[in-house]
Amino acid sequence: MTTHEQFAEDLALYALGSLEGSAVDSLERHLEECAACRQELARLEGDMALLALTTAGPSPPQRARQRLLKAIGREPRSLRTVLTRRRWWTVAPVFASLVLAIFAILLWRENVRQRDRLEALRADAARTQAAVEEAKHLLALLTDPGAMHVTLAAAQARPQPGSPARAGVARAGVREPAGKAIYMPRNGALVFMASNLAPLAPAKTYELWLVPMHGEKPMPAGMFKPDPQGNAVVMMPPLTAGVEARTFAVTIEPEGGSATPTLPMVLVGS
Amino acid sequence: MAELYDRYSPLVYAVALRVLADTGAAEDVLQEVFMQLWRHPARFDARRGGLGPWLAVIARHRAIDTLRKRRPQTDLEDVVIAIEADLEEGAERVRALEKVRASLRAMPENQRTTLELAFFEGMTHSEIAAQTGEPLGTVKTRIRAALLALRRALST
Repeated sequence: MTTHEQFAEDLALYALGSLEGSAVDSLERHLEECAACRQELARLEGDMALLALTTAGPSPPQRARQRLLKAIGREPRSLRTVLTRRRWWTVAPVFASLVLAIFAILLWRENVRQRDRLEALRADAARTQAAVEEAKHLLALLTDPGAMHVTLAAAQARPQPGSPARAGVARAGVREPAGKAIYMPRNGALVFMASNLAPLAPAKTYELWLVPMHGEKPMPAGMFKPDPQGNAVVMMPPLTAGVEARTFAVTIEPEGGSATPTLPMVLVGS
Repeated sequence: MAELYDRYSPLVYAVALRVLADTGAAEDVLQEVFMQLWRHPARFDARRGGLGPWLAVIARHRAIDTLRKRRPQTDLEDVVIAIEADLEEGAERVRALEKVRASLRAMPENQRTTLELAFFEGMTHSEIAAQTGEPLGTVKTRIRAALLALRRALST
């Protein structure tokens, strides 16, 4: 194989590490392009190896062996070799696993997020379902021909047919409290609305009572507090199904309610 | 690794000791060369001419770096070695090295000295020219001719 004569001597000096200055740069540029000179450089290294191999001398001391094996023991090589190699494709598997790991973490987080979202949606759906059920009940109650409608008026001013003082109408400028209960004995469903209620003293509450048909003692049917306009609603209090009601009544009770109504009655059904 | 060490450490140590003439420094080079091999086994390509020649050249380069108190100049991956003979096999290796030694003995004195100054002392051609008082061009030519003579010795 022929080499470029102008580089022949420089190649030998370069192999020995003796070449200096701009000659190094121009030779290295040439080596990048010239396979023949690269081959010649390898042969010159081989010649140098021959020379090196002729050296002989005492063996290294035993402590050098122990020193090396100790240093190797301190330095596991697997990861380091992979990471220090220059060629990109040697680190590609590591890089790929890193990317995969990150991707997996992202997917996992997304999964958790979606699961949370699903839980929230389910809870929403359950709430909506409950609201729909309640609305259905209410609608059934309000439209059921078997429902009992009771009008309540201030206990001292029972509405009388034909009387000028009708329920809810001003007498001497003050609007009378009034109420309306719709009750279905079959399933114990009850809706009660009241208006013009007087504001409560602190630690007091209004309580609605169901007065049974056959002389049993009144049953608590829900506590309520009026809004600033004096309006209040009781919807679907927990009542035992199948109790026939004679009427309904409202009293003022201590906060938390009572087991039996405290007189006087504020409102009473007709 | 211990096997490799047992097989090649006498060679690496001998080269380093020849360059440095100091057992402590030679041990350091020995340690460094084998650590390099341990850390970057991929940088040594067995097809390129055998581990022995490669380690011998690396040991020489590292020992010269130590001698000149400079950072390592040679990248291990840049050291590519092409050798005609198989220097791993016992009998052939002995024969080949005997030829090389004979070739060294047969060299003109000043040629051998120039080669040894450049290779084992790490002297540049300018330094050799300054020391021997010979023209720079002569030194350059002589160094290359000496290396080629070693190569030719194998093919005889």
